[in-house]
Amino acid sequence: MQRGLAHAFDVGKIREDFPILQAKIWCKDLAYLDNAATGQKPRTVIEAVEHFYREANSNVHRGVHYLSATATRDFEAARDKVRDYLNARDRAEIIFTRGTTESINLVAQSFLRPQLKAGDEILITYMEHHSNIVPWQILCEQTGATLKVVPIDDSGELVFEEFERLLTDRTRLVSVVHVSNSLGTINPVELIIHKAHERGVPVLFDGAQAMPHMRVDVSALDCDFYAFSGHKMFGPTGIGVLYGKRKLLEEMPPYQGGGDMIGTVTFEKTTWNELPYKFEAGTPNVAGAIGLGAALDYLSGLDMAAVAAYEQDLLAYGTEALLDVPGLRIIGTARHKASVISFVMESTHPHDIGTILDHEGVAVRTGHHCTMPLMERFGVPATARASFALYNTRTEIDRLVAGLHMVRELFR
Amino acid sequence: MTLDLRELYQQLILDHNRSPRNRGPLDTKFRAEGHNPLCGDKVTIYIHLDDGRIDDVRFEGEGCAISTASASLMTQALKGKTVDEADALIREFHEMVTGAPDAAADWMERLGKLAVFQGVCEFPMRVKCATLAWHTFRAALDDKNDKATTE
Repeated sequence: MQRGLAHAFDVGKIREDFPILQAKIWCKDLAYLDNAATGQKPRTVIEAVEHFYREANSNVHRGVHYLSATATRDFEAARDKVRDYLNARDRAEIIFTRGTTESINLVAQSFLRPQLKAGDEILITYMEHHSNIVPWQILCEQTGATLKVVPIDDSGELVFEEFERLLTDRTRLVSVVHVSNSLGTINPVELIIHKAHERGVPVLFDGAQAMPHMRVDVSALDCDFYAFSGHKMFGPTGIGVLYGKRKLLEEMPPYQGGGDMIGTVTFEKTTWNELPYKFEAGTPNVAGAIGLGAALDYLSGLDMAAVAAYEQDLLAYGTEALLDVPGLRIIGTARHKASVISFVMESTHPHDIGTILDHEGVAVRTGHHCTMPLMERFGVPATARASFALYNTRTEIDRLVAGLHMVRELFR
Repeated sequence: MTLDLRELYQQLILDHNRSPRNRGPLDTKFRAEGHNPLCGDKVTIYIHLDDGRIDDVRFEGEGCAISTASASLMTQALKGKTVDEADALIREFHEMVTGAPDAAADWMERLGKLAVFQGVCEFPMRVKCATLAWHTFRAALDDKNDKATTE
């Protein structure tokens, strides 16, 4: 069935690792094609979280008792796993956050706000998720800085000449999505860094959608910040990471005040804890971090090149199959794409598509995908989006297509 | 196709989605824009009032089949009603689509054609689609010049 790839990648074996894939939805087999919203969890992640709460639950960094020491060890071991996975130089460069959104807000408020003046510019693109638009708008309100937006072409690719034109002496930060959640476009991150660094401008990447599909090496990339969420890469929700270069993080004031982020507290003067704890106020999501560590272990055990090749095969197969559905238009046809297909259908609203597919057991996302400016750019209020992960199959894509034929039948 | 789904997408709904009635603007100060932030659906409701009676009501907007048909059928149902009658109808419609537990009524008898939206209560994610036009109608009546939202 999986022509030519079976030797490199056994999807049947992978599927056994994800218990939820056995679920029945409306008495039908689940075909989960909403991976850009969140990924399903392998058994090892579920067990790691359960094990923590059953046998190791305690607060971290404080207690002298056995369980606290165990929890601290496991939590910090998760940080080491993230450092390893990203190939960061230093474990102090790995900040645990609630997710990509919080990571970006942290950079906005702690890194950029103290140095931003009226007239300064922040450069983003048209394909950003709201989480990489709104924090900058808030910051611009606070400081009088201006948000500049790089346009995209009709295929959903960045217009690179425009990026170069908008990158000026006034630019204080470039913040760009690595892989677009709505279009699947993979942005030329190396080139973006190269051009920005030529001008001495730091770069943040929103890696939420990239991490489940590819191995990211922050040292090789030389990006200044990299933000991502655990739940999109098969880990738990409510845990994410901000990678930042140590020299930048050290100069930044804390993001939030509270416990764990302090050195000493007196009513006259409080000193900050060292990195990374300076940015981790309050009791962290210990179980989430441990679960994320288990997700990284899971991905580390796979051949990510084989995963990428398999997902590209699904993308090619899915694209061809969807284009065979009369009246269907794909939004986002960049040359370099992750396995995400956004589409609209003649005379049928995406919401109706989503409900009908759901009753066939096929889960897709419908709506604006938190990218309203992008929807406007393509002149649609919403799209339906099928996004594939490493456990999806061609058979599931066939069921998606069969469901779309039912949609056509109903709305003819 | 499952039974629930057929209940949701009845012929009358599909028909009003394909050819909505009373679509287009009216010159009136009783108007409001409604927005469902969940799916990006937008609707504008226009009302002509004549001595406490709804003389005319029209809508504009883009949405899914459920929200378009709901707006279309709503305009038909409300035309000619007094404001009080309209309020009562809005309440009943809301009870029906949210599946209020004490509302095991004969909807066909109480709401006539609008009973085609009974199936919506089995689809919690779609209730907002069915109620958007109705919320917006209420906002237009209040002449608040506010934006109605389903949130």
